[in-house]
Parts: sequence; structure tokens; C-alpha cells
Amino acid sequence: MIRQINRVTAVIIFLLLALIINISYIQVFNARELRGQPGNQRVILTEYSRERGPILLGSQSIAESTPTLDALKYLRSYPDESIFAPITGFYSVLYGATGIEDESNDVLAGNDSRFFVDRLQQLFANREPKGGAVRLTIDPAAQTAAMKALNGRTGAVVAIDPTTGAILALASSPSFDPNLLSSHDAAEIQMNYEELDADPEQPMLNRPLAMTLPPGSTFKLVTAAAALESGRYTAATQLPGPKEINLPGTDVQLGNWNDKSCGPDDITTLQQALEISCNTAFAWLGMEIGANAIGDQAKKFGFESQFDVPMSAAISRFPIDPNQPQTAMSAIGQFDVRASALQMALVAAGIANDGVVMKPYLVSQLLGTDLTVLQSTNPVAFGRAMKSENAKILRDMMVGVVENGTASRARISGIAVGGKTGTAENVPGDPAHAWFVGIAPAEGAKIAIAVVLQNGGGATEVSGNALAAPIATAVMRAILKQ
Amino acid sequence: MSTNLIRYRVSNRRSAELALLIGAWLIGVFAWILVDASTAASSLGGWTSLVSAGVLLLITHGVVRWQAPYADPLLLPSVAALNMLGLAMIHRLDAAAAQRAASNGSPPPTPDVYLQLTWMLVGLIAFIVVLTFVNDHRRLQRFTFTAGFAGIVFLFLPLLPVIGNEVNGAQLWISILGLTFQPGELAKVALTLFFAGFLVGRRHSLALVQKKIFGIGIPRGKDVGPLLLVWLVALLVLILERDLGTSLLLFGLFTVMLYVATGRRSWVVISALLLAFGGTLAYRQFGHVQIRFDVWLRPFDDANGNGYQITQSLYGLANGGIFGTGWGQGYPQLVPFAKTDFITSALGEELGLMGLIAILLLFAIIIERGARAAVATRDPFGNLFAIGLTTVIGLQTFIVIGGVTRLVPLTGLTTPFLSYGGSSLVANYIIIGILIRISNAARAPEISDAQLVLRQNVDTK
Repeated sequence: MIRQINRVTAVIIFLLLALIINISYIQVFNARELRGQPGNQRVILTEYSRERGPILLGSQSIAESTPTLDALKYLRSYPDESIFAPITGFYSVLYGATGIEDESNDVLAGNDSRFFVDRLQQLFANREPKGGAVRLTIDPAAQTAAMKALNGRTGAVVAIDPTTGAILALASSPSFDPNLLSSHDAAEIQMNYEELDADPEQPMLNRPLAMTLPPGSTFKLVTAAAALESGRYTAATQLPGPKEINLPGTDVQLGNWNDKSCGPDDITTLQQALEISCNTAFAWLGMEIGANAIGDQAKKFGFESQFDVPMSAAISRFPIDPNQPQTAMSAIGQFDVRASALQMALVAAGIANDGVVMKPYLVSQLLGTDLTVLQSTNPVAFGRAMKSENAKILRDMMVGVVENGTASRARISGIAVGGKTGTAENVPGDPAHAWFVGIAPAEGAKIAIAVVLQNGGGATEVSGNALAAPIATAVMRAILKQ
Repeated sequence: MSTNLIRYRVSNRRSAELALLIGAWLIGVFAWILVDASTAASSLGGWTSLVSAGVLLLITHGVVRWQAPYADPLLLPSVAALNMLGLAMIHRLDAAAAQRAASNGSPPPTPDVYLQLTWMLVGLIAFIVVLTFVNDHRRLQRFTFTAGFAGIVFLFLPLLPVIGNEVNGAQLWISILGLTFQPGELAKVALTLFFAGFLVGRRHSLALVQKKIFGIGIPRGKDVGPLLLVWLVALLVLILERDLGTSLLLFGLFTVMLYVATGRRSWVVISALLLAFGGTLAYRQFGHVQIRFDVWLRPFDDANGNGYQITQSLYGLANGGIFGTGWGQGYPQLVPFAKTDFITSALGEELGLMGLIAILLLFAIIIERGARAAVATRDPFGNLFAIGLTTVIGLQTFIVIGGVTRLVPLTGLTTPFLSYGGSSLVANYIIIGILIRISNAARAPEISDAQLVLRQNVDTK
């Protein structure tokens, strides 16, 4: 009987050993996979048990965490509701995070490796762990002005400091209130999310980054830059500018927006063609310098490149190997040319910054839990888009557009504003998109801006000057304190 | 010289037991303090509870010193450490429930830890009663058939109309005067006594082999009878009360005892075949068995439905990792039944792998010490009874912890000494009381060296 007892004991001890091996597997080797399971609330609960760091503009916080009494110890709130939503994104128990809340999560949640020392101090001082803060480049006055000027119409505004690439305003309209998704009431969040998601106006879409549209006449800046860079053209070079031209190989007649010829004897100059946005002259110019030259110029401004600001922007496109009529249409920003508002702001910024395009960015500083600066962003050049002297010529031409041409509504007294309007046809029958791209002041520019109203933002008469330019003016005034 | 040797060998080690018992109590005290510190729970009544638990353990130790001076010194402290850890975790889960109620604005729920403390008192009293009134375990053999009858009655008591009580789909409880009790827990002690008493007299006839098939000796038909009977009883419990855990435990226990009594491996093979047959039958016939089995194989397929308990348990363990979140720092309250069946995942989350290994080692010590008493006691009934009781604790630990960690299908049992639940605690303290009584008999210097030598010769023959 003793031998059997010993055997039974050995079996039971072996069973306990099997338990230990199995638990070791779960708690050590399988733990990472289990933590990543979609139904695992513990990750979220742990995140919410820490004070998440604020998102700052200067010293103003546009996203902050306040203590609560429920199981999720901190509530994320957005004091300015919808104004900064395109930047902050949302932070939700059910739907995760978007925008800066997502991109800078490691810092805000305090998971970043740079917080290791902070963590140790908190551990020893027995203080509650906290997240770090993120300071953004956004100018609150510019952002507020942009959102106010958009006034709920479907559209986007991007304003950039051309010398650094710092994004001053990133407006998307219509916007949403991220507080609707950051509450701790799952049913309420789900209802709000489904409502926002089903809204045909797509309030959660980040239009300045995600929406690419035909840029229309604002793309003439790129065509003009390509012409200047070819060395064969100056502002005064004469171009044919008839009332309409035939697109080669087709029976399509391309006309001007006002059905008029662009100058006496159907002759115009590059300068004048830009000022009055002469389609026939630019279509001819496009076919003259060729799709490759325009495509290369577009690439130098950032087309075909991915920008992470840190949110990823949609890539802007110039068509590959277009035929002659397609090239003509592409040169005036139609056919398959697609640009985001961010991209068109970069075009303006490159021209304003003596031809050098700076990489756009939103995060200026990462801060520790005590708001000491951990890391500052150094501006980085994306590349040179054009020669300095050609940039100067193009700037003067843009000032001409505002002073004498189609962008009269962009004028600000006492300041030389440069700009270019666009009224881009999309699907036949749909209202056109209203664009404005501008810089102010033209020399030593503090701001490069792009405004777009999708399908004219619902207006019956669509024109870049009437609809988009005033929005840009409002934002420029806010930045220049005019 | 030889007297000294014997004295040395049987040195009763009561002071070691006292020191370890204080250590076990301190583990609970520190755990309790950490829970209060990290959950900001009001520790009102906390110190009273801790001190009363300490006093209870001290009194118990005194009774052991008086009634069973040669008893194994490790059994009581190991059990006390588990009990104190269980109390601390129940207190911690009470704090979570209180917090939850506060945030919902609902009135604070009654803490369970004080009731558990009361059951600890009842359990220790039962332990003391066993130790005081059973001064020779061999006398228990007289109650073989009484115990067998009582065990069956206990098992089927919850099925009675008025007092029977169904909780979460299983009919395991009886409710008398508002107090609920799980008689199945006592049934396992009674049935172990019955098996030991029944088998000890028939072990030689059971060991007789009539013929061999494929090299496996088949016992005589009339000897297979009791095995089939118990198998049927276990199946009946399973069917009528939907209690997978208890039927598995009883079946495993009887197999072990048959094997130990007869020394024939054929019983184990037959049992395994019966288990496979019964299991397949149950899987085919009962939806709840099928669900348990499917959830075991693919828990994440239905993580919000039938797989919720086990997946939450695994998430808790994963959150704990190697060192655990620390007392009060995890989310053990997210696992359903965290105080009862799933207390292991709660402890695994907050104490980590290290904590669980320590807890399993405590169980290993109890098993080893129980087995040592079983080996060392001088009568066959004592051998069989002690290994039976040890097996009950070992198998129950394996079935429930294996279940909540997905090593085996989840069947639902309490974790001995850790889980919230009075019946289980009382029954397990009775088991420890008997084991301590048997170990006392085994270690007491009643016989001479010569007899010891003789006995060893007999055993190793």
C-alpha cells in the first residue's frame, strides 16, 4: 500500500507542476497576446487610471484629463468642443483614439521610454503616475478664425508658417465635438459615434489631410513654377491667350471662365495669365513644357509624397503619362490632378520660403509630467522646389493676382498679400470646388494658406474669390493681428 | 543513545509550528494593509478581523499542542497562510465592490469578508472538535456505513424541494433559515471515510484476478460492483445537479483509493475507460457539458458569451505577469465569481506568477505532508483514509485551478482554503483536522525501534 501511496502522491505533485507550467506559459509567454485581445478591458482601464497629459497650445490646453469618481479614474475633455477636433482627434473607451490623441499616445499616456526616470521618481515618491504633455504649433486665434469663417460649410483650411513648416491652423468643417466620444457611458458613446459615422457630411473626416480634390486654377502656380524653372519663361513672356483653344486630337474646345480672350490680339503674358487665371494660356503652356516638367515640379512641392504631420495625409497626385489634351487639362489643375489642402498650402509655403518647402508638422514640443521640455521639434526641409529668384518672381505674380486679378477679396490693407484662386470642376453637374491659396505678407511671409470649400460649400454661385478668399483673409488677419 | 535518537526523531516541533503560524498570519496582515493602502478602503473593522483571526489561529495551535502534540508542524501553518491570503483577496474584492457602488451612487454592499471570517471561526471550531473528540482515527472506521449513507444523503440533499437551491444553473446548495450551505463539500469527507473503511476490509478480494485480457487483469464481477455503483452515483450527481466538478472529484477519488487499496493498475485502466465513456456520453447528451468543453478548446470564439469567464480569467493572469500588479492595483473584479471559483486568477493578477507559484507550493506542502502521514501511520485504514483525504485536496485544487487557467475544462469547484464559501472552508478544516490526528498517531513514539524496523521490512517486501 505504501508504494501505491507514494505513486499517487507523485501523480498529484506532478499535476501541481503541470499547473505551474501552464500558469507560467499564460503569465509570461502568452501574456502579450492576451493583452492585445480586443475584448480585454484591462489595457484601457490601466490607461484611464493614470492622469493623461494635456494637449497644449502655448499654455492653453485643448484636451485635458479631470479626475472622476467612477472606475475609469480620469475623464478626457475638450474645452473648446469642435474647434480643435481635427487636430486632437478623440480619445474613446470604445473606439480608441484618433488625431494627436492617437499619434502622441505614448507620451500622453506616459508609456514613452523617455518617462522611465519620471516613473522611478513617481514610484519612490508614491505619487500617482501621470502622462506627459504635447505642445502643438497651432495658433489658437488662427484655428478659431478658420473654423468660424468656414461656419459649418464643407471645407478645409491649412495655414503653415512657411519658414518652418509649423502648421498654424488645420481646420475641417463640419467638425464634431470629441467630448461626445470621450465620456464613460458606453451606450452614449456608441450612440454618438454611430450618429457621427452615419452623418452624410462626415464630420469625423479630417478634410485638410484626408480629402484630395482637383485643385483647379490654384495648380497654375505649379505650372507657372515649372515654366519659370525651365529657364525659357519669365513673368513677361508672351503666351497665346485666345477665348478658347482646341485640345489636340479631339474636338473639345477649352475656354476661359469668362468666355473672353486673355489679352489684345489673343496675346497675354505669363504674369497677366496668372492674374486673370487664363485657362487657354496655361493649357497651351502645359503642352509646351510638357507633363513631365509639370509632374516633376509638382513632386518637388510634395505631390506623390506622404506627409505625417504626425497624422498621415493623403498623397496628392499628378497623372502619369497623360496625352496632350490631358496634359492641357492637368496644367490647369483639372483631369486627374488631386491635391489636399495641406499640399496646396505647401505649394504656397515653398514659394513664400524662397523656393524651399519645409516639412509640415504639428507637434512642437514633448513635455514631461512636470511640463519640462523633453524634446523640441527642429524644422526640417522637405526640399528645394524652385530657385530663389524664380520664387521671388512667382510671389510678385501672386501679389498681382490679389491686387489686379481674380483674388480681390484676399486684400488686406497695408499688407502685400499674394494669392491664387481656383474654381475646380469635378463631376459634371456637381457644383465646383472653391479654392484659395495665398501667402502674407508676400515678402518675409508669416503664413502660407490653402482654403477649399468642397462643392463650393453649398453655395449656388461658386468662385474661389467670393467663397474661399474671405476665409483665408480672416485667418491671415488673425495671425498677423490685423 | 537510542532513546536520544528516538527523542530527536519524534521531537514534536510545536514551536516551529507556532513560529510558522505567526508568519502565516503576518502574510495576511501585510496583504490586508496593502489592500487598504492601495484601494483607499476604510479599514474599519479590519484590525478587529485580523486580530480575531490571529487569536483563533493561536487557540487552534494551543489545541493541537494539547490534543495532538506530535502532529505534523507544517500542515496547520500552510493552511492558515492560504486562508489568510483568501481573506485578504476577499477583502480586496469587497473594496472593489464598494468603489463600484460608490461610483454608481448605490448603497455600499455588505462586505463578504466578515462572513468568511465567521466561517473561518466555524471551520476552526470543527477542526478543534475533530481533534478533541477523535483521539484515535481508527475509531472512525466504525462509522464506515454511516458515513457512506450520510455522504449519499449530503450529495442528494440539494435536490430536495424546499431546501434545495439552484445557483447559476447548478443545484448544489441547500438553504435553511436563510443560510446557504453546500452539503457536497461535507459529502466528500464522508465518502472518503466510507471508501477507506469499505475498501480496507475487501482489498484482498478486490485484488483477485479472474482472467486477463490484453495483459490487464480483470477483477471478479462482484468486485467491480462498487466501482460501477460509485460511477453511477457520480453520473447521477452530474446529471441531476449539473455539478461536473464534484462528480469528477468523487470519481477520481474512488479510483485512487481502489488503486491504493488493491495495488492493481487494472482499476486505473478501467476507471479511465469509464471516465472516457461517461465523458463522451455527457458531452453527447448534455448541452452544458458540451458548452464547457467547446469553450475550453476555443474560448475566444465566444469571448462575450460562454467564453466570458475563462477569457476574463486569462486576461487577469496576463495583466499580472511575473510579479503581479500588487495588492489592489489590478482589476480582479472584472472576472466573474472572482471570490469563489476564480480566486486563483484574482491572486494571479495581483501577486503574479511568483505569488501563484508560492500558493501552489503551499498546496504541494499540504499534499506532501498529508501523504507523509498516510505513509507513516501504522494501520491500513489510516493509510487509506489519509491518502484519500490528501487526494481530495490535491484533486480539487487541480480541477479548479486547472479549470480557471484553461489546462482542463472548467467545471466549477471552490479552491480549498482560498475561495469564499463556508461549506468548503469547514469541510477542508475537518480534513486537515483528521490529517493532523493521523500524523500525530504516525509520529507519536508509541513503538520501539525494533517494531519500526520490522514494519519497514514488511512494507518493502
